[in-house]
Amino acid sequence: MSVNSQLQNQSQTITSSTKQTPSFFVRWLRLLLKSKTGTIGLIIVLAVTLVAIFAKSLAPHDPNLINPAMMLKPPVWADGGSSAHILGTDNLGRDILSRIIYGSQISLAVGISAVALAGAIGVFVGLIAGYYGGLIDNILMRLVDSFLAIPTILFALVILSIFGPSVTTLIVVLGITNWVQYARLVRGEVLSIKEREFVKAAKSIGVRNNKIIMKHLLPNVISPFIVISTLSVATTIILEASLSFLGLGIQPPTISWGGILSDGRDYIATSWWLAAFPGMAITITVLAIIFLGDWLRDVLDPRANN
Amino acid sequence: MAEALLEIKDLKTYFHTENGVVPSVDGVSFSLKKGETIAIVGESGSGKSVTSLSIMGLIGSPGKIEGGEVLFEGQDLTTMSKRNMRKLRGNDIAMIFQEPLTSLNPLFTVGNQISESIRLHQKASKEEAKIKSIEMLKKVGIPRAEKVYSSYPHLLSGGMRQRVMIAMALSCNPKLLIADEPTTALDVTIQAQILQLMKNLTNENDTSIMLITHDLGVVAEMVDTVIVMYAGQVVEYTDVFTLFKEPKHPYTKGLLDSTPKIHELKDELQSIEGTVPAPGTITQGCKFQTRCTRATAKCFVEEPELKELSSNHKVRCWLHEQEEVAI
Amino acid sequence: MVQIVEEKNNKPTEQEEYLLEVKGLKKYFDISEGWFKKEKHYLRAVDNIDFFVKQGETLGIVGESGCGKSTTGNLIMQLLDKTEGEIIFEGVDLGTLKGEELRKKRAEIQMIFQDPYSSLNPRMRVFDIIAEPLITHHVVKGKDLQNQVYELLDVVGLDRSYARRYPHEFSGGQRQRIGIARALALKPKLIICDEPVSALDVSIQSQILNLMAKLQKEFQLTYIFIAHGLPAVKHISDRVAVMYLGKIVEITTKEKLFDHPLHPYTEGLLSAVPIADPELRDKKHRILIEGDMPSPANPPSGCRFHTRCPYAQDTCKSEEPKLMEAKPDHFVACHFPLKEGHGVLIEK
Repeated sequence: MSVNSQLQNQSQTITSSTKQTPSFFVRWLRLLLKSKTGTIGLIIVLAVTLVAIFAKSLAPHDPNLINPAMMLKPPVWADGGSSAHILGTDNLGRDILSRIIYGSQISLAVGISAVALAGAIGVFVGLIAGYYGGLIDNILMRLVDSFLAIPTILFALVILSIFGPSVTTLIVVLGITNWVQYARLVRGEVLSIKEREFVKAAKSIGVRNNKIIMKHLLPNVISPFIVISTLSVATTIILEASLSFLGLGIQPPTISWGGILSDGRDYIATSWWLAAFPGMAITITVLAIIFLGDWLRDVLDPRANN
Repeated sequence: MAEALLEIKDLKTYFHTENGVVPSVDGVSFSLKKGETIAIVGESGSGKSVTSLSIMGLIGSPGKIEGGEVLFEGQDLTTMSKRNMRKLRGNDIAMIFQEPLTSLNPLFTVGNQISESIRLHQKASKEEAKIKSIEMLKKVGIPRAEKVYSSYPHLLSGGMRQRVMIAMALSCNPKLLIADEPTTALDVTIQAQILQLMKNLTNENDTSIMLITHDLGVVAEMVDTVIVMYAGQVVEYTDVFTLFKEPKHPYTKGLLDSTPKIHELKDELQSIEGTVPAPGTITQGCKFQTRCTRATAKCFVEEPELKELSSNHKVRCWLHEQEEVAI
Repeated sequence: MVQIVEEKNNKPTEQEEYLLEVKGLKKYFDISEGWFKKEKHYLRAVDNIDFFVKQGETLGIVGESGCGKSTTGNLIMQLLDKTEGEIIFEGVDLGTLKGEELRKKRAEIQMIFQDPYSSLNPRMRVFDIIAEPLITHHVVKGKDLQNQVYELLDVVGLDRSYARRYPHEFSGGQRQRIGIARALALKPKLIICDEPVSALDVSIQSQILNLMAKLQKEFQLTYIFIAHGLPAVKHISDRVAVMYLGKIVEITTKEKLFDHPLHPYTEGLLSAVPIADPELRDKKHRILIEGDMPSPANPPSGCRFHTRCPYAQDTCKSEEPKLMEAKPDHFVACHFPLKEGHGVLIEK
């Protein structure tokens, strides 16, 4: 049998046995519908985002309006609740629901931007250190080690007290204290991926280093990165809360979930709703982001097709 | 006819996956006499490894033995309790795998692991087990057995590790040794050593061997009987001499012709077109239809039975349904 | 007595004839530990090897794991930096080239890899994988690029519609074809095949070997075929080099090597290969090489094979044999080359 006819025959068998690769959007939708948690995550994250954008028209009250007559009103369904304040009021008579709605703006912005900043630095450092190895790797990883040795809160306190607390400083501080975990993660992944033969193949074709990093390494480290970064949006929101609590985070009258939560801490024994509702807002948002991250990881992996 | 040590009757092992039921082993029958060496030959996806794992009772979810019997000395292993099965494994049936490094626990010394298995199955004391272990290590040709006894697996070479696995497997004088690609990961000079060792040891103890392999050279040198598997089924079953001389199934013939041979020189190799079909994709007719050069209309509709051509030659092909046909 | 021609390896008679020439190639990996290393420890993966490859031929390099055959391939491919020696491709020492010049020259040498599962980027479509070399070297663009990728798919026997798919949708054999298409894209002169069939199923191996033979004829390719599977090497090679612990111990035409090897290691290696014919199993005498390959970090003195050689003598322990032309066109590194070495089949 000649080689040619073998080849033809072979192609025929394959054509009949493999399916077409669907377009990105079709896969995207199919994977979304297949994943219940992904769908829930996406809906909640979209909802929270919309709430943050349209806070002004959604909030029933001015979030900073102090009303001594309405101090510590419980939620509407509890005894003594008022329908004017569905989730009750705080110790200064401010409407909790409105505060949570406004707080979503800052919490989301800080959480996402800080993680984006940390991720960008971390992924860059990790890629460079892992791919080039040797002295560059050594220097960068010692830098990572020294960042790990600095207590996050202490570092944040110092920087925030030097530059003064503001949303931007907060994002920068959270960004530069968190990049190390991404750097370590990405470097580890790169070390194993760069031994795979497709990287060798790219080198032997003559692909330049920066292109190998961008086209061959980056897409292959993105999955673990997304999982970790969604988890860390959660911790960042909480870290922001702790800094706000220490008085170095978001300053009144700007509102964040962490801020509301720490305001409510003193009243937790008598008026649980002050801390419970912002706490729930954080928990639900964080869970939704994690769900969304899991789904996103699948979308970005061509192997998760069927 | 001598009593069979192992008899497999219509074994069916299916995997229940998200995409439906995959019949990895689909009605396999064969038997193995005491002292006999049998080879199961096939490519990836042929079901040869799943067959051996089914015999050992090592099929885990989502796989399940759906039907058939595995008779070991007349006892059906598929219905045996887990506890008795564990006793049997290691004692009467032992198994060695392709990659010895993954089958040895990296945290324990070699000696620790061999004595463990000896003590587990033979109720020996610690000292007795140690003496026996070192004796076994010497028997499988390990130099400085005492030193190896107290080494960790990663310090040994691939060949040494496989020797340790063999020592462990043979330490309880099993009646059946199942070897799943035992030399595939080894270099050729080491492979020759290990094969020689397996031959000697099993001759001494009259152990039966079930060798799972894709290497026809190893088959030709080692075994008495050959089972050729394709897509979960036995397609040809005969003694090794007949198989190499007069293969009857087009797949067997293709396999033999496509293997480059060290003692011959050919301009061009024959080859079998196409690729092994994913299990479960061919639901009608002969499983080899997509790659067979001699397929007729019938092959696409009806599935052939494993037919007995002579007392020791069975083949699953429509070409041989009526009369002898040269292929 | 065997006639020994004292000459430093295969000296070229017509320089132009050789597509590739390797001279005194060494690759030592530094494995010293700690900060205050008094003595440097090296793993001598490749230790002073010489060979040449003629235009249009296939040179097989065989040996067991750790012998340095893959390192040799990677050195020629410039994927590793050599410690010493010259790699002369088309008369130019690649070591003297830099930057853009090297990139261009290097494009004429390509590689086919062992593992069809790790050699293709799982995140790239087949089209982009095959197009990457063409884009990298700015060969073509747009519609022409598409046509060339399609032609390459035709050449390796894959359907054009596969271009849009991802590697995971293919079987091992098909993936290897994709890898071959990528290697062919830049119309290389030399292709280094590093164990190209050892990860494939038996019935697929022959498809790939036949495809490689067909492409060699069609595109006048020169192959360096690195493998541990001797039957495949015998099938595809014109000449074969046998490596042991970083050294070439024997190099000659495949007929001479497989029928009358001169080095005891080659003889043992050939004898160890199982023969796929049960009729021969009892007629064959097997020369078993005892023991394991020593560590390349600490190779034996003298002849590196002396620890396992059935014929070793005192000289072998102290003096290192040079690769010499023991018979016409038959080079061997042994103090006592076999007079009439046994080939594959040694009748009892």
